[in-house]
Amino acid sequence: MSMVPTLLSVENLSKSYGGVHAVRSVSFALRAGEILALIGPNGAGKSTCFDMLNGQNTPDSGRINLLGEETVGKKPRQVWRLGVGRTFQITATFPTMTVRENVQVALVSYGRQLFNLWGSTARYAREEAGRLLDLVGMGAYAGRPCGELAYGDLKRLELAIALANQPKLLLMDEPTAGMAPRERIELMRLTAQIAREKSIGVLFTEHDMDVVFEHADRILVLNRGSLIAEGTPEQVRGNPQVRAIYLGEGLVYDSRHREGAGA
Amino acid sequence: MAFYFVQFLTGLASAASLFLVASGLSIIFGVTRIVNFAHGAFYMLGAYVAFTLTERFSGALGFWGGIVVAALIVAVVGVIVEMVLLRRIYHAPELFQLLATFGLTLMVEDLVVLIWGPDDLLGRRAPGFKGAVDFFGQNIPTYDLFLIAISPIVLGGLWLLFQRTRWGVLVRAATQDRDMVAALGVNQKWLFTSVFALGVFLAALGGALQIPRDAVHHALDLRIIVDVFVVVVIGGLGSIIGAFVAAVLVSELNAFGILIFPKISIILVFLVMAVVLIVRPWGLFGKPEAAARRTPGLTVNPWRPLTTNERWLAMAGLAVAAMLPLFAGNYALTVGSEIAIFVIFAASLHFLMSVGGLASFGHAAYFGLGAYGVAFLAKMAGLPMIVSLLLGPLLGLLGAAIFGFFAVQLSGVYFAMLTLAFAQIVWSIAFQWVTVTGGDNGILGVWPEKWAAGPASFYWLSLGIAAIAVAILRVIVFSPFGFALRATRDSLLRSEAIGINGKRVQWTAFVIAGTVAGFAGALFAYLKGSVFPDSLGISLSVDALVMVLLGGVETVSGAVVGAIVFKALNIWLVSQTDLSKLVLGGFVVLIVVAFPKGIVGVLETIRNRRKSSTSESSSKSSLATSRIETAE
Repeated sequence: MSMVPTLLSVENLSKSYGGVHAVRSVSFALRAGEILALIGPNGAGKSTCFDMLNGQNTPDSGRINLLGEETVGKKPRQVWRLGVGRTFQITATFPTMTVRENVQVALVSYGRQLFNLWGSTARYAREEAGRLLDLVGMGAYAGRPCGELAYGDLKRLELAIALANQPKLLLMDEPTAGMAPRERIELMRLTAQIAREKSIGVLFTEHDMDVVFEHADRILVLNRGSLIAEGTPEQVRGNPQVRAIYLGEGLVYDSRHREGAGA
Repeated sequence: MAFYFVQFLTGLASAASLFLVASGLSIIFGVTRIVNFAHGAFYMLGAYVAFTLTERFSGALGFWGGIVVAALIVAVVGVIVEMVLLRRIYHAPELFQLLATFGLTLMVEDLVVLIWGPDDLLGRRAPGFKGAVDFFGQNIPTYDLFLIAISPIVLGGLWLLFQRTRWGVLVRAATQDRDMVAALGVNQKWLFTSVFALGVFLAALGGALQIPRDAVHHALDLRIIVDVFVVVVIGGLGSIIGAFVAAVLVSELNAFGILIFPKISIILVFLVMAVVLIVRPWGLFGKPEAAARRTPGLTVNPWRPLTTNERWLAMAGLAVAAMLPLFAGNYALTVGSEIAIFVIFAASLHFLMSVGGLASFGHAAYFGLGAYGVAFLAKMAGLPMIVSLLLGPLLGLLGAAIFGFFAVQLSGVYFAMLTLAFAQIVWSIAFQWVTVTGGDNGILGVWPEKWAAGPASFYWLSLGIAAIAVAILRVIVFSPFGFALRATRDSLLRSEAIGINGKRVQWTAFVIAGTVAGFAGALFAYLKGSVFPDSLGISLSVDALVMVLLGGVETVSGAVVGAIVFKALNIWLVSQTDLSKLVLGGFVVLIVVAFPKGIVGVLETIRNRRKSSTSESSSKSSLATSRIETAE
């Protein structure tokens, strides 16, 4: 594993709001092709962490090194140009465009054609957009107005958009929130497959423990802004501190007790 | 030194009315999220009604009673307006709310002329405050001192009202989260109505208190509303303290600006506003707004370029229009030229509004700048027509580049207010800088050269430029840039996350729209043979908004239809009635309430409905596959 390059390294990241330490001295690293889950109870600082990683929020202190570049102080669009795709907890897409056009806009931006006043967007990178949509299983919906999509489909569309800049790293903030159980598994299986094929690093936050333990290579556990555990699913599952603080007493997360462990 | 102190006090006294109106606007906005454009009209009504009452009833009681009763009467008018009109549009996009209340303003302007006549009315002096106090040889009117005391008193009263009464607590709660207040069982309707009544009362009181100082006339509304917009942009919309501080700041800047730049004192206010916007885009005391409701969003009709057949149809329409000189007289051709010019103007605003989601309430600024650009080049530099026509609009481009840079820092109602304020600033400069612009007398004698002088040739010229402008804008809509612009309109969050620099994209769109408007203005200067400050005025900006809305803001080229229908109707209306503003205002209100999609939008909806009835069954089933719990 040591041959695999480090994509993202985070050192002593901190952020506080007033007297509340939302994130306290968090450090971790992510390698190419690795799927890393960031979990923790509500208010643990997951979203703050995420927003700092893609430039939406500025840390008080700490360093973020992404593909060899320091990103603290960079805007989300600049972080995106480094090769980071992002999906949001509450989907953000362009509702007045068709599904294909949503992806095409991202491709236009990737191809640096944003200030092209004269070309035809309809013809721009049409095949590439189609390929991305096929990849996430949305090919059949390409001509559909995005505003009409069901929530699960929007999540898949977001994944296609996030893949448009051939990212090295995907940041997915609760990728399966608001989806039906079957869809959750499907979406994460798809993400994992894409990540392995293209050797993309994935960092995701998630509340659904089924999804986390099934797909994550490694898990980071955040509580009250601090990292309290880190390791493989087995290690985290066996960590008594995690159980006490996060998983609760009496619940054992292994395959024998899968039933009813979703919440 | 004494002089400066007196100037300072004069500034403070002027701040009183400004604060009253601005605080009313802020309170209404806080709870209802409506920026009440008609607030200036209520201010003016307050002044007119107070004038009548104080003339009728003499004595101290008559005067002071008249002022308070006038404000109460206008507040009742406000309640009626709220119940009849605003309740229908609380859930409409912001743009529609601004336009509806603007329509009201137009109606009131004609109504006051109808009731009180067109002449300036001079009110009585206030009993007990008729004299002046001597201050080191300078006179300070005692009424000014009274006004200086009024603002802190009202501020204190409002503070008590909001902190110490149950109603005040509800209002503060609704300002933070009106849905939650409704969920707690508060009757929202009456809360909104009472808040609106209070806001209107304050505006009318501001107007009534001005009558011993200023003449009452029918243009008071626009003058105050522009100042008030500047005040709330600086102070922060929704903040009463902000309104107070900014009212004082703006009044003092005006009072001292006159000493420094007597000709263009408004520049100083503009500079301060620009600085505030850069440092604190939400105003000194404002809070960042949650993401604004998108301006469009009534329907989801994905846009598409014209099909081959439709393209032929458009060409045929253009050919028919080009044949007009064969059978129409000179007057009809002049009207035709004017309509073509307004098609260009409306299309440019439509581009900004529908594609960019940026509703400019001061688009006439760039139209007028183009016109002045031509006038400067043709009259002063003596350049040939074709050169002036091509270079004149660059002044529109320049103006759009400067103002657009600041305007795109904001969005939604802030954007609308700021663009309006900018346009008014440009208008003031054109009006006050007499040595360059000729002021009110304008610049005359901007006639076209011989090749374009005949009504038919000028008509063809206008029609040709209109066709080219509309075609270019259409190409841009479907270009990668057009999609990037739509992306910033649809979701700033997502567009930033895919590498789009939203501000720069919007700024570019603003400059494009301003330049195209500049071309319309350039032609307009040649059509009329002259340029006046009116071609930068608010009423022209609103004409453009109505054309866009009439055509349909969610369409690609609705503005073309909107401009033709509106302009033809307008020219006809002006020839038929003196009350064109009343009719126009009523028309605006009617469109907003009854036909928010516009003419082309309605046609498209009908067409889509017919089309989708055939394919509905297939789409329904696939949609139903996954409908889920909502996200956290």
